[in-house]
Amino acid sequence: MKAKVYVTLKKGILDPQGKAVQHSLGAMDFEEVIDVRQGKVFELILDDKTTPEEAEKRVTEMARQLLANTVMENFRVEIE
Amino acid sequence: MKFAVVVFPGSNCDHDCYHVAKHVMGQDTSFIWHKDHTDLSAFDCIIVPGGFSYGDYLRPGSIATHSPIMQDIVSFAGKGKFVIGICNGFQILTEAGLLPGVLMRNRTLRFICRDVELTVENKDTPFTSAYKEGQVVRIPIAHHDGNYFTDENTLKSIEDSNQVIFRYTDKRGEASVEANPNGSLNNIAGICNKEKNVLGMMPHPERCAEKALGNEDGKAIFESIVKYLS
Repeated sequence: MKAKVYVTLKKGILDPQGKAVQHSLGAMDFEEVIDVRQGKVFELILDDKTTPEEAEKRVTEMARQLLANTVMENFRVEIE
Repeated sequence: MKFAVVVFPGSNCDHDCYHVAKHVMGQDTSFIWHKDHTDLSAFDCIIVPGGFSYGDYLRPGSIATHSPIMQDIVSFAGKGKFVIGICNGFQILTEAGLLPGVLMRNRTLRFICRDVELTVENKDTPFTSAYKEGQVVRIPIAHHDGNYFTDENTLKSIEDSNQVIFRYTDKRGEASVEANPNGSLNNIAGICNKEKNVLGMMPHPERCAEKALGNEDGKAIFESIVKYLS
């Protein structure tokens, strides 16, 4: 089973890397881009013993404890 | 008194901290490797030094936080004993929840290595009693992720309870935008916990704590602790 964790910066937090990407896109004539927010995606492969319900719970805990810093980041878990 | 300096893979200011505690201050000082289950009860003050623990993977300080020694350091701090985190050490202490907030990527996205002016905002702590109230000191910074951030309520609470210990200012003590090297909220350079026994700061006092280096502005932190404990 595969789990994906999307980690993104919370709203209102300045993202200088996203801004740099946005400027670069603008310079490449993709002028329709008005904002870019950069984040992270983690792909976790879980063993076969884990049920999707357990996986959702456990992976949420992993994100809370390590993968995201909830002071500045939000996260979303997807089980495939 | 007894100092301990924690060593993680990637720590690189550990020897500087050891040198100041041991040779400049003349105190009993030990290195402790993060994986050894060292009994911390003999120590009075633990220094979590600067560097790039675990290569700053994931987020600076995040992997070190889950290393065996950190649980022991959290309970050490819980007993009211002293913990100082410098630079990467500050990042580790915030990730471990010993200090509020987080250190984000510098506003400029650049690594900054230079001397900066700081104002001592609170001298009524065991870490700063040897400074004068409102003293402006010059201490070097060397970091890529020193942009202090926390939510509005926490910011208000640390300001209200005088937990901001150092602020980036100009020479006159003015916390201007120009004096802020990395984008930190309220120009915050160093904070302590509510109980005032855990200090975290991005500038490096251990790099300016003896005459031979031409600057002793960082020494007062070490002097304050030694004085407090003796």
